[in-house]
Amino acid sequence: MSTLTPAAPQGTPPGPTALNSGRTPRRRGKSRMDPTRNNTAAGIAAWLLALLFAVPVLWMILTSFHSEVDAATNPPSVAAGLNLDAYKEFFGATSGVSPWPSLINSATASIFSTILVLALAIPAAYALSIRPVKKWTDVLFFFLSTKMMPVVAAVLPLYLFAKTAGALDNIWFLGLMYTSMNLPIAVWMMRSFLDEVPVEMLEASQIDGAGLLLTLRKVVAPVAMPGIAATALICFIFSWNELLLARVLTGVMAGTAPVFLTGFVSSQGLFLAKVCAAAVVISLPVLFAGFAAQDKLVQGLSLGAVK
Amino acid sequence: MTTATARTARSGHSAPKPSRNAKARERALAWARRAPLLPALIFLIIVTQLPFVVTLIISFLNWNSLRPDETGFAGFENYIHVLTDPDMRQAIIVTIVETVAVVLTSLLLGLGLALLLDKKFIGRGLARTLLIAPFLIVPVAAALIWKHAILNPVYGLINGTLTWIWSLFGSDTPPQPDLLSTAPLMAIIISLVWQWTPFMMLILLAGLQSRPMDTVEAAQMDGATPWAIFRHLTLPHLRQYLELGGLLGAIYIVQNFDATFVITSGGLGTANLPYAIYQTFYYANEYGLASAAGVVVVIGTIIVATFALRTVFSLFKKEAAR
Repeated sequence: MSTLTPAAPQGTPPGPTALNSGRTPRRRGKSRMDPTRNNTAAGIAAWLLALLFAVPVLWMILTSFHSEVDAATNPPSVAAGLNLDAYKEFFGATSGVSPWPSLINSATASIFSTILVLALAIPAAYALSIRPVKKWTDVLFFFLSTKMMPVVAAVLPLYLFAKTAGALDNIWFLGLMYTSMNLPIAVWMMRSFLDEVPVEMLEASQIDGAGLLLTLRKVVAPVAMPGIAATALICFIFSWNELLLARVLTGVMAGTAPVFLTGFVSSQGLFLAKVCAAAVVISLPVLFAGFAAQDKLVQGLSLGAVK
Repeated sequence: MTTATARTARSGHSAPKPSRNAKARERALAWARRAPLLPALIFLIIVTQLPFVVTLIISFLNWNSLRPDETGFAGFENYIHVLTDPDMRQAIIVTIVETVAVVLTSLLLGLGLALLLDKKFIGRGLARTLLIAPFLIVPVAAALIWKHAILNPVYGLINGTLTWIWSLFGSDTPPQPDLLSTAPLMAIIISLVWQWTPFMMLILLAGLQSRPMDTVEAAQMDGATPWAIFRHLTLPHLRQYLELGGLLGAIYIVQNFDATFVITSGGLGTANLPYAIYQTFYYANEYGLASAAGVVVVIGTIIVATFALRTVFSLFKKEAAR
């Protein structure tokens, strides 16, 4: 609006006249090549689509603060009063069933597997990037090919093994499975992040006689740290989200949050607000991790192929 | 791990020893380079390759854990069963339809969104953040929301909104579609498209932003239309990114379990192969049959994966040549 005002004739009060006179110079500037006009249209379209995509998320959040009666109306009660009842219900106010064990199980499996993944992937990526072994591309592609094998093709032997070894319903065993699930992706991501360490800097530190540990700490770590953090966050997300292995390999004791969520929908009574509250709580760690890794998300998810 | 590496790597820089030790030293050096790689490699082979070999063996057995007496060699019987059983055949078709539909739709939507977000406008960062959100909802939670809060025929958001719009025009007979029972596979596909479009958008947006702008500007100077620029400059540049997004997406969506489990529990002909295999071994205890189906999935995936690896490899070489 402010850009239009100077074009208005002097002394004209703001109003329809000002707007009309303001429109003339604008139209003159309009041409097919004008980038600003294109961008306005693109901006409006992008915003509309972004809101459309966000509606299920926003609706989930809004409904989680509604009472069960207001949550299940047709047409929807958008302006209904807000309260925390659904969250209290989710945390077991009346049922007495607490989601905490499953949330703690999820956190245990995800964090344990992420630490193990980093401990295995960082040295491996080092041997594929900074001091590469012979035929390192072959090794790299072997890692990737294991990720392409569907989990479902290996789940039965894993289940039978866990059953004989007494590792069924054990959260640490599930964590080991998540480590194997994320390791190939982590090696790929990490390799692409370690590749960003300039060769000149490595050589310089070698010439200066710095040992390996010092080089790792002073040269490699500062460059690779954001990448390592992003890799950890992405691995955490994949572990936290996983359902199939958790469902097959865990039971009463080691059930994770997604397993808890699938058993949460009751067939009787109204439950929509409660389900929304559960979905919000369980998605929160992923949303935080995802937005924290936002800058490196593409590079990580594309296995380092896209920067 | 690190200390072992440190010791061996440092020994590589020590003063040269007499020449008869040269070969041994060289070998030690090669192993020193390999050492950091081995834990990850060995772990992965044990946890992923070994179980698959076992799956392969079980797939040739007649093995139902409820009837242990009848366990024995079955030859290709399980495979013939997988390929002729109507339920299994249906599962194969569902897997293909689901994967193709989700990948193509989310790629097209992702491309449109990426082209829009490539332009500068007010609040672009926030719009991008909103668009990523669907990808950051736990898949089980997302499927529950779609099933109960959005698509439910009685009080779901879609039918609720239809009622509201119709009531604006004084009508009390709004259309109330029930996707969950009339087109359940469509319901699963829609929820998956919603989750995977952000993934495609992110990859394609990165592709767009790596586009050499000088050629685009030169084409603009020469009076090329936006469509011509898109068709002859942007699209060829994006081809690799489209392939990469499509193939990575396909690898994940072929394995989709969560959405099917939550939205339909595999009912109404919506069970894909992962779900059918889960049912076959978890509920029917048909270990041999489930394993054969698992091997079929792997063969299918290998076909897709060969293309995926080739695409990743070509992008990878480009990156390395940089």
